[in-house]
Amino acid sequence: MPVELSKMPKIVTRHFGAEEVKKIAEARKQGGYTQLKKAFAMQPQAIVDEVKKSNLRGRGGAGFPTGMKWGFIPKDAKTVYLVINADESEPGTCKDRELIYWDPHLLIEGVIISSYALGCSHAYIYIRGEMIREFAVLQRAVEEAYASGLLGAESPTAKGPFKLDLTVHRGAGAYICGEETSLLNSLEGKRGWPRLKPPFPAVKGLFGQPTIVNNVETICNIPAIIDKGAEWFAGLGTPRSGGTRILCMSGHLNKPGVFELPMGIPLRTVINDICGGVPGGKKVKAVIPGGSSMPPLDASELDIPMEFDALMTDERIKPVEVKPGVKFDMGGGKILRTMAGSGGVIVMDESTDLVAVTWRIMKFYAHESCGQCTPCREGTGWLARITERMARGEGRPGDVELCGTIAHGIAGNTICPLGEAAAWPMLGFLTKFRSEFEAKIKPGLVPEIPAHPITATGIRSPELERRG
Amino acid sequence: MALTFTDEAKRKIATLRSRYPDPQAACLPVLHLAQDEFGYISDEAVGLVADAIGVPHSHVWGVVTFYTMYHQHPTGKHTLMVCTNVSCMLRGGYEVLEAIEKKLGCKRGENSADGEFTIVEEECLAACADAPAMISGERYFLRLTPELAMRALEDIKKMPPDHGHQPPSTIAKARKS
Repeated sequence: MPVELSKMPKIVTRHFGAEEVKKIAEARKQGGYTQLKKAFAMQPQAIVDEVKKSNLRGRGGAGFPTGMKWGFIPKDAKTVYLVINADESEPGTCKDRELIYWDPHLLIEGVIISSYALGCSHAYIYIRGEMIREFAVLQRAVEEAYASGLLGAESPTAKGPFKLDLTVHRGAGAYICGEETSLLNSLEGKRGWPRLKPPFPAVKGLFGQPTIVNNVETICNIPAIIDKGAEWFAGLGTPRSGGTRILCMSGHLNKPGVFELPMGIPLRTVINDICGGVPGGKKVKAVIPGGSSMPPLDASELDIPMEFDALMTDERIKPVEVKPGVKFDMGGGKILRTMAGSGGVIVMDESTDLVAVTWRIMKFYAHESCGQCTPCREGTGWLARITERMARGEGRPGDVELCGTIAHGIAGNTICPLGEAAAWPMLGFLTKFRSEFEAKIKPGLVPEIPAHPITATGIRSPELERRG
Repeated sequence: MALTFTDEAKRKIATLRSRYPDPQAACLPVLHLAQDEFGYISDEAVGLVADAIGVPHSHVWGVVTFYTMYHQHPTGKHTLMVCTNVSCMLRGGYEVLEAIEKKLGCKRGENSADGEFTIVEEECLAACADAPAMISGERYFLRLTPELAMRALEDIKKMPPDHGHQPPSTIAKARKS
């Protein structure tokens, strides 16, 4: 059954394509800021409870329940910060940029309601430096909201005193600043180095105070939850994931685009019915389901529902392996399949050189590693160099195993998840498309180092052992 | 002549500082402002920014070298941010980048001889659904082909420059004389 896009509910993308809504007068005519009255009539805690009940999960990548995160703020906190993560840079993801561009006032309304619920009096939106146009749009919208008294002035209708300041803070080109603790350091005027957790930002975040960091899309959903209620929102999604989901469809597609879709829609339906299939009638070879840090799916795994839990646990998805026959253990016996991530779906047709794609992904992580942890700083560069020579068809014997060993050596050994973000796709592509990598090995070349077996304690090198 | 912030820039810096409980937090926005004013972040500009927010010069230097958008050398009037990440690569991003390099006679990371352009190979610009993508100033150039990229270059030339400084070729000449 073909899916009719027009009949699907639109919560956050309903103003896409309407230039005028950027102006506050038009935004208000279209229902913007109408939920403030209803929200201010509620107790802040009641809003937190409503968001918990709605099953809204973070749209930035991890899919953490938003209401639960909000609940981590200590009850006796005096200063609380809300920080909106608009540092969208995960390759394949292009939704937050569109949300800010088309509907900045929806985001601001969401920020006001969320700040009221959290007891925050100064919120920050950390926007990616490269988004020069979106920064201008958002800055204008914030100024309009100040001029209308929605920001910077005591709210007459709120229960208790509530006055919110909102500052848009521009980044300056660093993927790592999308990681929440790195973002906080960057917002404090430092290099974007991730912090050790715990303490978690909800306890000790921006300027040492309890801080909630939420994604743009997450916060854009808040006004609709206030408007129509948690039950309605939860009912739209799957049992553990409320609302809709934006999927950013890119790569080899006839109609790529940014689509707000029902949570849990099968990937095949999105590719064929919504994006018009693959150009030239070619077959799909691989799909990255949630930004380039997620292990890929192969052509046999396209019937998976696009939803947080399904992509992690559906047994139709082949587990990622450290080496043939050895499953990747994420700790606690949890095996890695893939994840919904940030909703960036990249489709690759049968003509794609997946070794070249893997090289481009590794080059990206090598470029973006912040340099703090040795396994990531050295390992990502190593992977980029090896995959580069493989992509040129000059892989050395043992390179395939070496890539697996290095990736496994990065994962789990770094402060922040950028290590995993590089290791997972490396291992994922090796697991599902190993023969393509093996075909890039030139038998006559000298191996870089002898292939080492992987043990529980790390890399065992027979050569080093001989040397004592 | 020693580098100084204009009075208007100083007013903007005061506003920026007031948005944070700790003036150090204004480091990134003040650096953006300095780059708009001076074209790039020279050693001297690092000192100015550090003094403006009351932090050691070394701290600002650490920040400048960490983030890719702060240029430590003079740049062209327009910076071309060309994406070659996966979504763009799959739809010809590298072909677009190479066509631009050929046309301008300089490589990624370099300035064109006429001082008009600086080419930057970008990581994902969050315009994946409209790949291949390029940003210059406030404008996006989407679904590019090598031919469309040539037309984009003509359009960009007519746009106001990214910053108010002299293009690098003039600076080079000025140094010689």
